[in-house]
Amino acid sequence: MSLEDVRRRRVLAYSVPILAVLGALVIGAIMLVALNADVVKGFSKLFTGAFGSGSALIETALKATPLLFVGVGITIAFRANVINIGGEGQMVAGGLLSTIVALNAPDLGPFVMIPLVMTAGLVGGAIWGAIPGALKAYYGVNEILSTIMLNVVAVQLMNYLLRGPLIDPLEVERGTRIPQTERLVESADLPRILGSGRFHIGPLIAILAAVVAYILLWRTPIGYRIRAVGQNASASRYAGIPVKRTVVLALTMSGALCGLAGAVLVFGSESHRMVTDGSTAGFTGSAGFNGIVAALFGGLHPLWTIPASFLFGGLLVGGLALQRAVQVPSALILALNGLVVIFVVSSDRFRKRLLERPPAVIEDGNNTAAPAATATGPPEATDPGGGDA
Amino acid sequence: MSDLFTQSAIVAVVAGGIRLAVPLLVASLGETYGQRSGVLNLGVDGIMLLGAFGGYYTVLKTGSPWIGLLVGVGIGVIMGLVSALMAVTLKAEQGISGIGVFLFGLGFSDLLFQKWVGTPRPITKFPKLDIPGLSDIPWLGEMFFQHSVVIYLAFAAIPLSMWVINKTTFGMNIRAVGENPEAADSLGVSVSRIRWATVTIGGTLAGIAGAILAIDLGIFQQNITNAQGFIAIALVYFGAWRPLGIMLGSLLYGLVNALVLQMKVLEIIPTDWSDIAAMTPAVITILALVVVATRFSPPSALTKPFTRGA
Repeated sequence: MSLEDVRRRRVLAYSVPILAVLGALVIGAIMLVALNADVVKGFSKLFTGAFGSGSALIETALKATPLLFVGVGITIAFRANVINIGGEGQMVAGGLLSTIVALNAPDLGPFVMIPLVMTAGLVGGAIWGAIPGALKAYYGVNEILSTIMLNVVAVQLMNYLLRGPLIDPLEVERGTRIPQTERLVESADLPRILGSGRFHIGPLIAILAAVVAYILLWRTPIGYRIRAVGQNASASRYAGIPVKRTVVLALTMSGALCGLAGAVLVFGSESHRMVTDGSTAGFTGSAGFNGIVAALFGGLHPLWTIPASFLFGGLLVGGLALQRAVQVPSALILALNGLVVIFVVSSDRFRKRLLERPPAVIEDGNNTAAPAATATGPPEATDPGGGDA
Repeated sequence: MSDLFTQSAIVAVVAGGIRLAVPLLVASLGETYGQRSGVLNLGVDGIMLLGAFGGYYTVLKTGSPWIGLLVGVGIGVIMGLVSALMAVTLKAEQGISGIGVFLFGLGFSDLLFQKWVGTPRPITKFPKLDIPGLSDIPWLGEMFFQHSVVIYLAFAAIPLSMWVINKTTFGMNIRAVGENPEAADSLGVSVSRIRWATVTIGGTLAGIAGAILAIDLGIFQQNITNAQGFIAIALVYFGAWRPLGIMLGSLLYGLVNALVLQMKVLEIIPTDWSDIAAMTPAVITILALVVVATRFSPPSALTKPFTRGA
């Protein structure tokens, strides 16, 4: 297989998730037609609403931020062959702990407060990730199920705290009892930049996190261990890698990044407080799930997850514009969202196959060296699910 | 607290527990087929939501709960086939593809509800069937023998599933494919055909579970399942992949939920604490998973797509 063939296959591989999204949008269009909505108007809004103006781009970048944090977190877990479906709960845990810290710490000025609340978010998410990590490593509990259940626990905890102990005293006084905290201390607000009044430093923190995760995974012993355990746990054990501890660590770091996403949501929000509508999605915007798609989009590589999150954030922002334009209930976004997940995940096999295997023609011959050529280069196409192990 | 030990309260808890257990039981039984054959379908909650809306809307329009149930079946079959396509033929990562089905079901059922119904209106429920003779027994009659027809039918599905999984050739093939797909394949059993069948059965039962849930409550609302589909999946682990264990697990859940409900009604749990009380099912699930994981192991090929010669 010539180098050019490798390149062509790689380009094809990257177009797979994009085609998958288009497929999901086609189904979405059919749904709109069935609901008697103006499809053409809706879809033109989808693109202009996401990328058509400066404020649209800002909105997209802000929407992409939690996706990037979660996507990078998911990537770390995936590399250790752990599926973290608990991003939603970990975001809530991070948001809650950072809120509690902001409510109780003395005002120490932005240079202390911002790192402090961000660290609190990190710790909150890390705890919520360490629990399923330890349960998996030491008791063999399936992490998919435990993380889903911890999502449920986290949302109830949030509802309890925001309706009770953490509620804004003003809400109690007025009797409105909206489940939200008081306006959090101003020095913890994420600084606004670019003079827009909306755009804060959250996206920059997320990009930084992606770069750090990349270095961690490919340039440090910890990252080496995580990837080794993900590739082959028993071989790693023979090589002296503490497999159980590595699994816990991977899920803890994964959770920490999701927790950071939660903290950024709280302190970057317009209202500068934590609010609940009773569901996780009300706080996270389903970023805990969508981040997984962004990660797949990015080929489970932290750096590629940056543009992937931006594109996917655009899709979500555009979806909102579409929904407003054609006057369909906002539940449409969730349904579209689900379709995108379904299509991207279902097409992932084709992407992997394009990246991994030499063309069928060569398979017949005795060319054994060819596969190695495709496996090099940054977006490593290892099988995170370990399904073929 | 003493209010809880009166006859009416105890009867209400047991009878309510059985009722609440049924959607979980049906969905879990369905999921068992898939898991025994090596496929983890995480989309149960989404399929239940679609089945619930389909059932509710049909009853609203036709007035017949049975046609509603039939629509639940139809939606379940379609979603089961879609799930099978994703998990078996396209070999999608099973931990994630189901989340897509869940999000789609959550959004789409709510979308149609808002578009076509708007404000919730109550519907005709399933007819009640008092078992002659038995329903007159004090205490026990009210607990066990004065339920709606579907509830008896759901419990009848347990021995049926035991027979299918343990005694039929189909069941043997399911287990073989779940434990050792390579061996099953070499003996001429089509791994993908068996898995298509089991995932479709699972989807169908999830659709039915959703329809039963909505029609039994006589109402639909956004996210009516409240993660019950996910709990149903966990119950399969809890029941160690056996129908009887799943029945016990579902009943335990139903009873805990009914107990919490009753304690709220009697104001034993203050309203401030209702969110904490709502955590109970999820916390119990996690604890149960720990206990089960140390004693039983899942089908060896669970979540692993099968490729011949790989």
